[in-house]
Amino acid sequence: MDEPRYDEATKTYTTGHSYDGIEELNTPLPRWWLWTLYMTIVWAVIYSIAYPAWPLVSSATAGFLGYSTRAEVAAEIARVEEANSELNTQLAAVDLNALKDNEPLHQYAVSAGASVFANNCSQCHGSGAAGAVGYPNLLDDDWLWGGDMEAIVTTVRHGIRNEQDEDARYSEMPAFGEQLEKEEIAALVAYVQSLSGLDHDTTLIEQGNELFVDNCTACHGDTGIGDREQGAPNLTDSVWLYGESDEALTETITNARFGVMPPWSPRLSDAQINAVAAYVHQKGGGE
Amino acid sequence: MSKTDTPPALYAAQEPIFPRKVSGFFRTFKWWIMAITLGIYYLTPWIRWDRGPNLPDQAVLIDLAGRRFYFFWIEIWPHEFYFVAGLLIMAGLGLFLFTSALGRVWCGYTCPQTVWTDLFILVERWIEGDRNARVRLWRAKWDIRKWRLRFTKWLVWLLIAIATGGAWVFYFTDAPKLAVDLVTFNAHPVAYATIGVLTATTFVFGGFMREQVCIYMCPWPRIQGAMMDEDTITVGYREWRGEPRGKKHDGTTGDCIDCMACVNVCPMGIDIRDGQQMECITCALCIDACDDIMAKVGKERGLIDYLALSDEPVERAGGKPKPIWKHILHPRTLVYTFLWSTIGLGLLFALFIRPEIDMTVSPIRNPTFVTMSDGSIRNAYDIRLLNKHGDDREFHMSLTSEEVLRIDLEGTDLMSVVVPANETKLQRVYVTARRGDPSATAARTDLRFWVEDVISGERAHTNSVFNGKEAGR
Repeated sequence: MDEPRYDEATKTYTTGHSYDGIEELNTPLPRWWLWTLYMTIVWAVIYSIAYPAWPLVSSATAGFLGYSTRAEVAAEIARVEEANSELNTQLAAVDLNALKDNEPLHQYAVSAGASVFANNCSQCHGSGAAGAVGYPNLLDDDWLWGGDMEAIVTTVRHGIRNEQDEDARYSEMPAFGEQLEKEEIAALVAYVQSLSGLDHDTTLIEQGNELFVDNCTACHGDTGIGDREQGAPNLTDSVWLYGESDEALTETITNARFGVMPPWSPRLSDAQINAVAAYVHQKGGGE
Repeated sequence: MSKTDTPPALYAAQEPIFPRKVSGFFRTFKWWIMAITLGIYYLTPWIRWDRGPNLPDQAVLIDLAGRRFYFFWIEIWPHEFYFVAGLLIMAGLGLFLFTSALGRVWCGYTCPQTVWTDLFILVERWIEGDRNARVRLWRAKWDIRKWRLRFTKWLVWLLIAIATGGAWVFYFTDAPKLAVDLVTFNAHPVAYATIGVLTATTFVFGGFMREQVCIYMCPWPRIQGAMMDEDTITVGYREWRGEPRGKKHDGTTGDCIDCMACVNVCPMGIDIRDGQQMECITCALCIDACDDIMAKVGKERGLIDYLALSDEPVERAGGKPKPIWKHILHPRTLVYTFLWSTIGLGLLFALFIRPEIDMTVSPIRNPTFVTMSDGSIRNAYDIRLLNKHGDDREFHMSLTSEEVLRIDLEGTDLMSVVVPANETKLQRVYVTARRGDPSATAARTDLRFWVEDVISGERAHTNSVFNGKEAGR
């Protein structure tokens, strides 16, 4: 550090700082500015004592105010739950068919159901509820087990084809590969395709019709419209859970398909189940 | 800084400033501006404006909770924030315009820091006397009289500061109700905290920091240098007329009698005779002070005056300065004026074509379409309907397209929904194409949603597209 010198050109003293011959002019800072710097230092010390700050070996100092962001989030969640508890009680006990008439409660159910769906259902049914091959699309108007509020709640509560819940919905289609010849299955495929107006091999229809009457009508009905009591799909509509191609239908008839859905009670509360049912019901396919 | 025996310290103490009372044209002008600006600030929240039963009747209201800004007949919704952005851009360009034409007139006349400091100095003078009395009091020991005067002054300052912070919060909620709540201690803690913070800043900035705010805290004095040029009208000293300064009457001195009047009245504590400097806020009080002295000694007014830099060589050569309007009308100010008024006209235009009802359409793209059991193809759209009217309105929805498409609303068999007053409503809408129709197979089919206010017949529309099976490929 050099001695400060007077710079004629700028009529200002230098601070005496010189770096590679570049000098710094001294335009004095106001003293109160210095004091605000000291105050911020004091503030920082107090702050670091009052709030969690100093890292220790396996944790950090807790601060004498006992503040923690996690506790704050927990308190916030508890506050929201407390605020919603009345609505949740109402929702758990609601008459499902009358829920839509109770506008505020229905709105709450749909909003709450959206988050339940995103957390628990979207893994299989997709975040937009459009499903995938083998996982039903919940937006359309085709329902294996029924699409009114009661039916949806029952499905969500007990699940489909699982061992954990005695009341789970259960449908079983035999694997016809063990009973029918390949040609017979091909004839059945053609007949089933004809039921919903798909392109098919017309020469096989007669044989297919006979096989259908013998093997399929017990569950799918004489005309193929299915039976919701047994969860037997409607074969005359345009919605195909596993696909409508020759290969997909051959596979279905040969080996049968067994979709599974877990029971969501008691993992979800009654209010949550009603909420998610209300959410699914208003996605465009509800009955 | 002149050369001294010892170099200055790295930190400088605040020099006390005792501005002397002054009267004259610019002082009177500043009193008027102070009265008008303070009047606007304190009274605006109390103006009422009838908007009907469902809307607030406060003429100017920033409703943060409801996300609405009310300004007399104008109501701004959050999605119309571009009006606020536009006004801020106009405010910025306005500052550029005035600075390039007239120097720091904002600083000298209308900046809140200047207006409130002026008010605080006025109080100071009423209680402690004019400059000389205040200097004496400052030097005096802390006896009972000094304590009494200081306390009285601080108390009045504090009352002004509280009123300043108090007026601010009235802009954000219904003023008469909040006034009652504040007095009965029923107001929200945020209101008290806001008043507390603004009271503290007003008290400290107006009473103690004063010129320090302008010199060290405000960025504007640094930026203004880029706005000013040699045609900018600003406060200056006719050094060629005043120098050499002195009190002798033997003809060897200029017009400046070195009476220090200009320095004594300066709220920034500078000597304008040193030339333009960063500290000068161009409040023009030195002009009043000098004109007063010039009248007394029988010289022409204007030794210190509003001048442009380009006038100096002309005046030195004995010529007449250019008229003020010739200084002001130069390309730079004209460009600023053009930009400023273009944005202003654009905002006005946007304001007048703004509809009272509106909608936004967001097509649901997860999935792009749904195949229904009868083979028809359905798209869904989330449509947000806006009703800016002060009463509930029934909105009828429809669509137009070159193809055959059916529209349905979620949750109702009707084609209309009620949107509450001053609210939006989110409505899911389904559009269906029959099996085998061109729209059911084509990737995209253009369509237009219409919404009509059943009562007033107002209509709004938004274009969208329908996705058929090809869109899924």
